[in-house]
Amino acid sequence: MHLGVSESMRECEYSQISTRSSTPMETPFKKKIPKKRKWESFPGRNKFYCDGRIMMAKQTGVFYLTLVLILVTCGLFFTFDCPFLAEHLTPVIPVVGGVLFVFVLGTLLRTSFSDPGVLPRATPDEAADLERQIDVANGSTGYRPPPRTKEVVINGQTVKLKYCFTCKIFRPPRASHCSLCDNCVERFDHHCPWVGNCVGRRNYRFFYMFILSLSFLTIFIFAFVITHIILRSSHRGGFLNALKDSPASVLEVVVCFFSVWSIVGLSGFHTYLISSNQTTNEDIKGSWSSKRGKDNYNPYSHGNIVTNCCAALCGPLPPSLIDRRGFVYLDTPQLAPPTNGITVYGSTQSQQSHMAAATPLLQQQSSEPVIITASPENGGALPSRTSLGLGGPCTSLPLGQPTPATSTASLSCQESTDMLPVHAHAHSHNHSRPLQDQVAHHHFLTPEDLPSPPGMLPCNTPLGHSHTVQAGFYNPASQDSLHEDSVRGLVKLSSV
Amino acid sequence: MFCLLAETSFHNLQELRHNASLANKVFIQRDYSEGTTCKFQTKFPSELESRIERTLFEDTVKTLNNYYTEAEKIGGQSYLEGCLACATAYLIFLCMETRYEKVLKKIAKYIQEQNEKIYAPRGLLITDPIERGMRVIEISIYEDRGSSGCSSGSSSVSSSTAR
Repeated sequence: MHLGVSESMRECEYSQISTRSSTPMETPFKKKIPKKRKWESFPGRNKFYCDGRIMMAKQTGVFYLTLVLILVTCGLFFTFDCPFLAEHLTPVIPVVGGVLFVFVLGTLLRTSFSDPGVLPRATPDEAADLERQIDVANGSTGYRPPPRTKEVVINGQTVKLKYCFTCKIFRPPRASHCSLCDNCVERFDHHCPWVGNCVGRRNYRFFYMFILSLSFLTIFIFAFVITHIILRSSHRGGFLNALKDSPASVLEVVVCFFSVWSIVGLSGFHTYLISSNQTTNEDIKGSWSSKRGKDNYNPYSHGNIVTNCCAALCGPLPPSLIDRRGFVYLDTPQLAPPTNGITVYGSTQSQQSHMAAATPLLQQQSSEPVIITASPENGGALPSRTSLGLGGPCTSLPLGQPTPATSTASLSCQESTDMLPVHAHAHSHNHSRPLQDQVAHHHFLTPEDLPSPPGMLPCNTPLGHSHTVQAGFYNPASQDSLHEDSVRGLVKLSSV
Repeated sequence: MFCLLAETSFHNLQELRHNASLANKVFIQRDYSEGTTCKFQTKFPSELESRIERTLFEDTVKTLNNYYTEAEKIGGQSYLEGCLACATAYLIFLCMETRYEKVLKKIAKYIQEQNEKIYAPRGLLITDPIERGMRVIEISIYEDRGSSGCSSGSSSVSSSTAR
């Protein structure tokens, strides 16, 4: 029974590996649990809409302002100025204006809603491996070592790669950690509040096309509103009369006047950046400035302006690395450092044997503190930042819980303390924090709170037993919980 | 030592999971010497020395590197794709895949094939780098349950059935 389950769990794992964009796992029990998508347990400070299709930063107020400004100004232009201009000049004007407007809106939405190139955080195994390497290199000391850096030589230039303490990775060159979104972003340009998102590798071209087309649009509107006023005043004999006839034009002129300076300036700046293949970040820091040294040059530049522009705007668009709409399910069993509570697992293992992945050798635990889930059938309710969740054989336990929220005695596995997400789920606890610890304890100590799911007969007693067992070693052997979880097939410490 | 059955290589992979348990993971890091293009280090990790031949490993990594270079190549085809996409306001990607995605599918197939034919029989498993954010190639090292000194009773049962 144990083996059969392990095989099916691995089968799920196998099918995950076999294709990148695999459909949700073909498990016989998939219909019974509400599947969670990975965006729901995303560790960064992003907001997701449309079931993970749209991704934005946390603060989106300024984005709505941008949208309102564009819509109102263009609306007024089309309503009040275009009829006159179409009649007295040419109908091409509103058509061109319309095309520009649609283009601006399209690129704005594309910039705001897409993934800028967020790097998923390291899995606990990766993080542990890196830590080990760094310790070996530094020699372990009692205090926290200085910021870790790695030097690489790229096309003749020495570049320092910094270690990101939040994401637990060495940032690739040109990547940077956005403190607003709490993500590392590839080829990080800047965080744009007007667009409500970071600008990085995947949406830089849309951002550039947005500001370029917006500068054309503002100049266009500005020019033709002025033309409209002038024509009208010559028709109506008087500048003030013309303004009285078309009061909206005043507003448009004001908005466009102030926009032109900033937008056109920004477009020019980004044109320069693209042609020299630099990011805003690098330019501001003067990373490749000749002032730093005679031999300082940009190792990423392709040499000539045309190639740089083409590469930035027409190069291949890499896919999103964070797989927002993928389903959260079981992953490979975790490696974990040796634990001191091995004997305790014996009893729980036999009980959970029909549910869990067979990893009897998983006596080691990861360096990340982890919380045990008390109710393994709570497949849909494991949010954790590293997209932990149930899948495969664990879904065999029918879900009795009506809601996955705090009412259940389930806790989710999650990574270390410093990665506690801002949007922590209600039932995602970090047991290293005393307050939540108590909550967790409370959950553990009241196993009777768990609604007894129908058909969960073989599990009822083991669950009850496992609760007490877990409660027993919850505090001191907290690190063993990872093993516990993996044994029960509950841990999926994936890259998300 | 694994019981290699006379059946297909797929069964090897099943056997691997059936009988083995995870012992260690090796991470092949990115090689940034040529810039930000995706390339992995071909340095042979010491943990794999007893498990797989160096040439096989290097071949796998080099082939993966070639695939990624092909995906990220900027040239005629990528420009055409970029311009066409821009002209259609990127709606064309609703019906067609980007070249990058096509190559990623090829890579996934290649990795699966390598796992089945070469790595699983040696008790290793390669994880597609895309699942690790293109940061590392994760190679999981499995050990036969019977041979490793585990205390759990169930594992010894499994190893005995395997034999």
